[in-house]
Parts: sequence; structure tokens; C-alpha cells
Amino acid sequence: MALDKATVAQIAALARIRLSEAELEPLADELLHILTWMEQLNEVDTSGVAPMASVAATGLPMREDLVTDRSCRDEILANAPRTARGFFVVPKVVE
Amino acid sequence: MIAKGTIGGRTGQWETVIGLEVHAQVISKAKLFSGAPTDFGAEPNTQVSPVDAAFPGMLPVINRSCVEQAVKTGLGLGAEIRLESVFDRKNYFYPDLPPGYQISQYQQPVVGRGCVVLDMPDGTAREIGITRLHLEQDAGKSLHDQHPNLTYVDLNRAGVALMEIVSEPDLRSAEESGVYLRKLRSILRYLGTCDGNMEEGSLRCDCNVSVRRPGEPYGTRCEIKNLNSIRYVMQAIEYEARRQIEIIEEGGTIAQQTRLFDVGRGITRPMRSKEEAHDYRYFPDPDLLPLVLDPEWVERLRAELPELPDAKKARFVSDYGLSADDAGVLVAEKETALFFERVAAGRDPKAAANWVMGNLFGALNRLGVGIDRSPVSAEGLGSLLDLIADGTISGRLAKDVFAEMVASGSNPAAIVEAKGLRQVTDEGAIAAVIDSVLAAQADKVAEYRAGRDKLYGFFVGQVMRATQGKANPTLVNEMLKKKLAAL
Amino acid sequence: MKDPSLLALTLAQARDGLARKSFSARELARAYNEAVSEIEPLNAYITPTPERALAMAEATDQRLARDEALPLDGIPIAVKDLYCTKGVLTTAASHILDGFHPPYESTVTDKLWQSGAVMLGKANLDEFAMGSSNTTSYYGPVENPWRHRPERQIGDNRPLVPGGSSGGSAAAVAARAALAATGTDTGGSIRQPASFCGIVGLKPTYGRCSRWGVVAYASSLDHPGPMTRTVRDAAILLRAMSGHDPRDSTSAPVAVPNFEAALTGDIRGLRIGIPREYRADGMSGEIETLWQQGVEWLRAAGAEPVDISLPMTKYALPTYYIIAPAEASSNLARYDGVRFGLRVEGNSLDEMYELTRAAGFGAEVRRRVLIGTYVLSAGYYDAYYLKAQRVRTLITRDFVTAFERVDCILAPTAPSAAFAIGEKTDDPIAMYLNDVFTVPPSLAGLPAISVPAGLSGDGLPLGLQIIGRAFDEETVLRAAEVLESAAQFRHLPSFVAGGGR
Repeated sequence: MALDKATVAQIAALARIRLSEAELEPLADELLHILTWMEQLNEVDTSGVAPMASVAATGLPMREDLVTDRSCRDEILANAPRTARGFFVVPKVVE
Repeated sequence: MIAKGTIGGRTGQWETVIGLEVHAQVISKAKLFSGAPTDFGAEPNTQVSPVDAAFPGMLPVINRSCVEQAVKTGLGLGAEIRLESVFDRKNYFYPDLPPGYQISQYQQPVVGRGCVVLDMPDGTAREIGITRLHLEQDAGKSLHDQHPNLTYVDLNRAGVALMEIVSEPDLRSAEESGVYLRKLRSILRYLGTCDGNMEEGSLRCDCNVSVRRPGEPYGTRCEIKNLNSIRYVMQAIEYEARRQIEIIEEGGTIAQQTRLFDVGRGITRPMRSKEEAHDYRYFPDPDLLPLVLDPEWVERLRAELPELPDAKKARFVSDYGLSADDAGVLVAEKETALFFERVAAGRDPKAAANWVMGNLFGALNRLGVGIDRSPVSAEGLGSLLDLIADGTISGRLAKDVFAEMVASGSNPAAIVEAKGLRQVTDEGAIAAVIDSVLAAQADKVAEYRAGRDKLYGFFVGQVMRATQGKANPTLVNEMLKKKLAAL
Repeated sequence: MKDPSLLALTLAQARDGLARKSFSARELARAYNEAVSEIEPLNAYITPTPERALAMAEATDQRLARDEALPLDGIPIAVKDLYCTKGVLTTAASHILDGFHPPYESTVTDKLWQSGAVMLGKANLDEFAMGSSNTTSYYGPVENPWRHRPERQIGDNRPLVPGGSSGGSAAAVAARAALAATGTDTGGSIRQPASFCGIVGLKPTYGRCSRWGVVAYASSLDHPGPMTRTVRDAAILLRAMSGHDPRDSTSAPVAVPNFEAALTGDIRGLRIGIPREYRADGMSGEIETLWQQGVEWLRAAGAEPVDISLPMTKYALPTYYIIAPAEASSNLARYDGVRFGLRVEGNSLDEMYELTRAAGFGAEVRRRVLIGTYVLSAGYYDAYYLKAQRVRTLITRDFVTAFERVDCILAPTAPSAAFAIGEKTDDPIAMYLNDVFTVPPSLAGLPAISVPAGLSGDGLPLGLQIIGRAFDEETVLRAAEVLESAAQFRHLPSFVAGGGR
């Protein structure tokens, strides 16, 4: 398995974390080291074994169709770094 | 001879292949995974739960009613209901997607294969396959036009339940696509699971369009996103098909792209954002468990489904003797069909159909209202038909009465009395009028007897004028014929 | 310090003392507020809340005057700064949550305040609960109140780690600057620091305590739980923290037993599993010895040790370190500078995201987010994430099989005693290996407790772990109390508030 700088850069872009050029190589080594360690799972025969997404054994509980949350806008915006006229504000996205 | 449904290019015939993905907002009071309200048009960020805003530690809990709506829709599409389905996270970053992932269903949706039958204008029926239907969260709204460098974000819509309905790539023209969308919308409105209001965004459509030579494998497709009117869908498809044909005929290849429809210029163009391959890293949402449905609950929902357009149309044809076309028009909207049946109950169904589709629709169109806001009630129209049927007024005067009903909201009997429009059925009175007309038109009578049969209509017209239109036309005809013959 | 002996009381004793009116809740809160200040060098707290503590104690005293005591009335508690506390700074020990004041209270802490407990402050932790040493916090490392015995090595007085991620909670309880604390355990984050600090730490069954309002790290593995001085205290606190929460879809719809009532002291006939695979290569002799001692203690009390096999044990760590980062990479996507916390401005939206998250996340969090993103990405999902979830099924099956023959399992908690701050930081995997004994029951969602059982050659605490069947915390607590009685662990750390007697 290869984990080169380009791959690390790709993963970092997917995860929206800026990495400097200098950080790419040491990170690539580090991640490769960890991923290699994980490869021991290939020793395990898991044919016919279902993946376990949760230890909870029941089906998804459902709630009634009631409006139970009338949060006021001030609460929702109070922690925001930047707001304007009741909106959250971010640098413009061009589509 | 151009084959039906193909487009002529420079180098021969082309077939357009279209698949539609419709996002339908579910009718519910609260959102899919939170208790915030779903009303349209509220002030920004006033209908946002901390769950919707993805605050730290917040968790989703599914709304039973939204699940019900999805299952009902699946049943209404004749589709397979999956008793066990899974919610997955679709991971990507965008400001109107607060958690950085959308809760959706990827590999195991709640509804599987189904089918929609289209009644094409030429009378044929086309079956369009439904691939799947799944539940997912809607995103908030990003406003890019409020400021030169900033995007404003409103999360009111974030977390509202959507049903994504995916069709098989069975559609072959823009026209078919329009019919499909109208039919789908009709079914959703019948079921009460989505109001189908494209202007308000409760129904949105993404189109997948490709072209190919008839008989060949599918070509590369482009996706045109977020069309919010049937007209735009059709325009976009037509433009896109032509665009692709031109490229291929010039020797090029189609790049698989996501495109937007530029309404102003009537063209599709690629989205400007970086065309990085989207790696959504789907995985089952660990804050949720598999959705397990009780088969008895599903069967109860099936039993409680309302009569859907296709079944209703068939019934209208068989029970009321209507033509397939007329039945099709009347069942397009559930409210219209209901209105019609109330008018037709115990009356001549064809007359009822004609009055609804003709006079009533005409009035509603002029006023710009839907049948739910009709100034004339079904009972009112029914009473008017009764007055015609029992001879109280003539069919022609009934039109005037109807116009007055629309304008004033009064009931027909009152209007007839107030305007003195009662039909004259007194044979003696009619006879007297006929006599006086014939006497006054002696020269025309002579021409008639000499062979100008067309004058018959003139005499009828004169009698009706003399009686302010109130003479019973049947009696007039009977008696006029007799009198003329006796001369 | 007015009355340091107040700090020596256990939760159960304090509860009784308040009921008997031997002292007031205000006095207790004041003593603990002073203790919080006193242990400041340990950096166990990020945000002490002394005024709030006094106000809450005041309310307790009023209730006590009316004989309307609530179950935890007046009990001063440290809250791991992963639990959202309404109106109180909540950081998850991360720069990226700068200034975040939640407009809501987590279900578990709300239950505590509804039971009359008193909040001393928000305890330090590894950033986003990722770590086994509490050295990754943006607010600086926590020091273990236990220090090296000066005689051990000349000149080696490096401070020790308290373990992690609930290092602040463990240090506060051990140093008597909290009567009890809340922690969370994802791969061992309650039990391992409990072991390193010589206190009791309980990871309940998954779903026993609600995750609503707890900053999520790995959703299928996060377990809120109590950290206390004694097993009885843990039983009392667990009861107050537990209960089905309809706002958490993974919350178990099961009733909450009276855990304290399960402490009968009687474990005759209890079958104790001794898993052979936990005898790891290179495990230190003293841990092995202590484990054996534990077996003997339980046998002497009438339990029946049984050799069992948990064959998948060695695969538990890599399984955990695929699943947890994967879930974390998705759970942490919401930290983007838009709605709360740190924002670093950028020329474009993506630049803002990237700079904010690069500045806001520490190295370990970044490492795990990148690993998690990688193992979920196209082409790798099957080989890593799906594979790990299948192995997880097998690990869980191991326990189910074992529990056909035994009622609970006895094992060490950690492979070593507390190490020095700065050790094990070269290789992330060396740090991950701290969790080798705690991760398997986490993956299976089973209840597990760490009880301080003895001291290492260096005079540092060592814990023993008891693992039970799902929702059988009662058996786990009962066996743990017997172990505690036998071990008679009366040692105190070198640094204790009030001077410690």
C-alpha cells in the first residue's frame, strides 16, 4: 500500500485541513506507519460475518410528528463568529 | 421517416435518454430528525434546532410521520417496501450543511422498485420504472446575491424531510419528462405526502441526460441540477440533448459533468466550482440504528391509501361512461375529481363533466384560482344542472346564471328568480309567440316554404329573442316545426 | 483550609454527613472550591465554577432544611469538559471550540443537577477525548497527583500523566479536589486514567447513559460514566447518570436498577473468567502478579475462577483505531468556523475551512481525522472500515461465548503504571497500546470497571478491571466492591488537597 504526499494532500483536502508542504512527508510516514499496523486485521477470516454498526440490538426508535423545538434565533446565532441580519455569514461561494 | 421520439441530427437519428431524480419535501409538522417546524417562508434562522445547526453533542431522532409518508409514497408508486433499511452519512463540506454530512440512505433505501404509468397526449400509455425512493435531509439555503464577497446562510430548511425519487432512465423526450413530472406530482398530492409546489421548492428535479444512436448502449450522461419548474426541465432537456448531439457529430466526446440551467439564456452550463470527484465516504450513521418496519403497519398503510389517479380514472370511465381523455383531465387533481363526483352524484355524469371542464375551469382560469378556492361550490353547480334537467331554465341561459354565480356567489335558484329567467314551457304562450313571429316575418316564411331551409334557425332565433331566451328550446322546435309544416 | 477532613469523605459518607447535618452543603462546596484552587498546578480544571458551586450548595441547604434532600444533594462534582453545560464555557479541550457557550445542558449533567449535585467546574481532558495521557489538551497537559517516589531515580522528577482522555477528572478526584467526576470512555478513557490515578472508574454498558449533549468523538463507542473514590460511590453516581433518553436514538430503553443495592458483598459461586489472551507478551511482571492476586482475593470470597479464551483480543486495538477515527472524522466535520468556535478568515470558503481546522485541531486530532477520512474513502472503505466492523462482530461474539461459562471477567486495566509526560510521544502506536485491555469491552459495549488494587514497584497505582454482561453493572459492581475490600487500597497521591490524611 502506498501513501505518498499526493495522497495525504488529497485526504487533507477532503477533510478540509490545511497542511503545509513541509508537513506532508512526515505525515505521510506517520499515517503509513499506523495504516500498516492496522493491516494485521487481514489475518482474520471474516467471511460470512456481518459488520456491526452498533452494539444496540433494537431497531430505530421513532418520535411523534410534533414541533418540540422552537429555539429562538438569538440562541442559534449567539456563538457564531460572524452574522448579518439574522444570517450566518461566510466567504462567498461561486457556483 | 423520423422515428417517434428521436431527434434528427446532421448524421442521422438520435435517441435522448433521460432519468429524473425528484426531491420531494415531505408534508410533516416537524423535521426529519429534529423537532423544529417546517413552515415555508419564515424569517431566517427562526426554525432551527441545535440538532439542525449541528451543535456539539446533538443527536438525530427520526420522525415517524416522515417514515409513514415515504412508505405511503412507495405504496402509491406500486413499489417494494423494504422492511429493513439503513441511514448513511453522505460527507461533504458546504455552509448550508452544518454537520458536514447529510443523513441519507445509500445502499439500503426504504423503498425499492416501482412504476409510474404515463398517459401520453396521443392516447398511448408508457410505463416508467422507479428505481428507488429514500428519505434524506434537506440542506439550508445559501444566498450568494446579498453581498459581493459574502454568502449568507439560512438554516430554516436544514433537516426538513425529503423523499428522493429516482426514475429508471426510461424517459425518451422532454415531453415525456413533463408528463412524468405532472403524474408524479399528482400522485404525491393525492397521497398527501408532498404538496408538489415547485415555485416554493417543495418539488425539485435533477435530470440525467444522455444521447445515443437507437439500439446502442447508453452514452455518457450529464446531470442538470435543481430545476424548479416543469417548463425549465423540458427546456433544459431539449437544450442539453442538442448540445450533446452537436458535440458528438463534431467528433467530440461528452465529458461527464454536473451542469446548471441558465434560465435567462435557456442553456445549460457546467457548475463553476472545482470539479473534484466527490468522495462522499458513505457509511451507516452510528447515531442511528437500522430502520425496521412492522409488516402489519405497512399493510395498514396500504389499506388506508386513497384511491389513486389511475384507479380513479378507470372507475370514471367504467362507472360514469366518460372518455379516457375526459376522465384523465378530471382526475389530475384529487380536489377536481372530488368536486366532479359531488356534481355528478345522481345526475348526468357527462353533463357534469362538460360543465366542470368547460365552464368551471374557464372561470377558475380567468380568476387565477384553484378549485379549492372556487367561487362556485359543487353543490351549487349541481343545483344548476338540476334546474336545467327539470326544464326550469334552458342550457343557454344556464351559462348566464353560472356567470352570475361566479360573480356573486349566490345560488342558482335565487338568481333565476331574481332575474326572471325561468324557462317558458307553457305551450300556449309559445304558440302565441311563434304565431306572432311567423306573422311578422311573412316574407321569410315564403322563402322558407320555397326551399330556403336555413331560415329555420332564423325563426328559432326570433322566437328566443321574443321570449328573452326563456322559451324551452325543445318545445319551440317541436311546435315551430309543426306550425311551419302546417302552413 | 478550614476543614480538610471534609475532603477525606467519600460520596456516600458526605451524603450521610449532609443528611445528619454534620456540616452544610455550603461548607462542603467551600472546602472543595479551595481544593480546586490548591491543585491548580496539576491543571486538572479548564474552567472552575466556584460561584456556581456555592449557589447550588445554597439551594441544597435550603432543601435539606425542609427535609427534601435529593439523591445527590450537595455533592461537589467535576464535569469532564466534553459535556455541554448550559451557559458555561465548553471546550472539549480544543482551540476550535474557543468561546463556545452551549445554549443547552447535556442530559447526564442535567440529571446530576436535578439530583442536587454541585458543579465545581469543567475538567481537563485530551482534545476531543482522543488520547491516553491528557497531553493533547489545548489547555496544557494534566499532571498526575501521584509523583515518582523520590528514592526511585535520582533526578527523575518528571511529572507523570494521569492517563486519558479523562485525565483531568481522574486527577481531580484522586487529589481530592472533586468528590466525584463525570468522564467518558470510548477506548478506555475512564478506566485507564482511573487506574493511573488510583481511583474507581466505570464504563457502563453502551446506551446506559445518554450521549445527548456530550461532544461526540466516536458515536458507537462513546460511553459517559462515573469516576469516584470508591465502588459504592460509583454505584450511587451511576444511578443518577443513567436512564433512557428519547433524544438519543442509541440510548437503551431499559430501566435503571438501584445499583447501590447490588453491593451485597456476596460473590459466592460467581464464575470469574480469566482471559488467557490478556497475558500479553512483554506484560510487566508486577501487573501479572497483581492480576493473580486479584484472582486469589475473589476466590477467597467464594468466587470460582475459570480459564477463558477471547481469541480476537489482539485485533481489538487496530479494529478500534479504524472505527473510532472513521466516526470521528465525520463527527468533527461540523467544526468549521461557521456557527461557533474559532474562525480563521480566508479568501474563499474552502480556505476558511482549511485554515480554521488546521489552526483549531491539535496534532493527535488531526492525525485521527486524516486516518478516519482515509479509511472511509473510496477504494478503502471495504478493506478497512467494513473489515474492522466485521472483526468487531467477532470480538463481541468472543464475549458472548465466554459469558456462557462465566458471569464476569477479571483482567488488568492498563499494561503499565503512569508514565512520564513526554514519554511515548514519538510513536502514536506506543500511545495506542495503553488501551490494549480496555478497548475490547468498549467495542462490545460491555460494562467494565477499574478498581485500584495495588502499587507498582515505583509506588504508583495499578488497577484491575472487571468486565460484565451487557446491562449487568450490578454484578460488575458487586464483584468490584469485593475486590476493593480485599485490596484495601488506602494509599494517597503525594499531592492531595488539604494535605491529605
